[in-house]
Amino acid sequence: MSLTDRDKATVRSFWAKVAGNTEAVGTNALSRMLTVYPQTKTYFAHWKDLGPKSVNVRKHGKTVVDGIGEAVMKIDDLQKGLLTLSELHAFKLRVDPTNFKILNHCILVVLAITFPAEFTPEAHVAVDKFLAALALALSDKYR
Amino acid sequence: MVEWTDFERQTIADIFGKIDYETVGAAALSRCLIVYPWTQRYFGNFGNLYNASAIKINPMIAKHGTTIVHGLDRAWKNLDNIKEAYTELSILHSETIHVDPDNFRLFSDCLTITLAAQMGAEFNADVQAVVQKFLTVVVNALGKQYH
Repeated sequence: MSLTDRDKATVRSFWAKVAGNTEAVGTNALSRMLTVYPQTKTYFAHWKDLGPKSVNVRKHGKTVVDGIGEAVMKIDDLQKGLLTLSELHAFKLRVDPTNFKILNHCILVVLAITFPAEFTPEAHVAVDKFLAALALALSDKYR
Repeated sequence: MVEWTDFERQTIADIFGKIDYETVGAAALSRCLIVYPWTQRYFGNFGNLYNASAIKINPMIAKHGTTIVHGLDRAWKNLDNIKEAYTELSILHSETIHVDPDNFRLFSDCLTITLAAQMGAEFNADVQAVVQKFLTVVVNALGKQYH
């Protein structure tokens, strides 16, 4: 389900709204994921506090959403653009790729809450496709 | 049998007590047909689904969205007996309408996002967890009679 030019334009313009808000969106998505899908906590056993106010969760939420912002800029060749991140996730972090779908869903929920008017079905489909393509690129080096 | 905490029961009752079925139903179903266009396969007789704009104003889709969300009534009113409550609907979706059960999951995701947009900050992680659990249980029950 490859990204059309229209998808890319929609993603770029929608994500521009997220740009100023990456810590809030990231923290919300990550902490939500840890609560709604508790199996994801297994990757964060080294953090004492997994709540939304946790310094670790806030920092990491921002890291992840900033990473997505970088991917938006490389939207024309995600596989090449995310090569290093894919190697990181494949060889070092070894996050089961199912979890990318889970986090993507939580991100979509946060976008719906944060931008109820702008997160139209048209924006939703473009962003969903993009996040799926991103997840695929991120898991590229896994095997 | 699924165990529900008091918080979960209360949260579910609160949500269904206050949502506008017509608004939520229409929004959730039209979103589903736009975000996952292959789901349109079950709506061949529903008029103009040519593009997102058409889907959003299609009155048959709006009406059917309401029907679907009302279909959740038998779940939240029978939390301790959901599997049995859905036997009839499961057979209908399997034998008559022939719906791939993965569609139930796709619709649930769109319903979740519609509720999130409606409820805003009130749709916090704990509430989302309850909704996720509730919809997962219903989706499983709907798939139970497939063979």
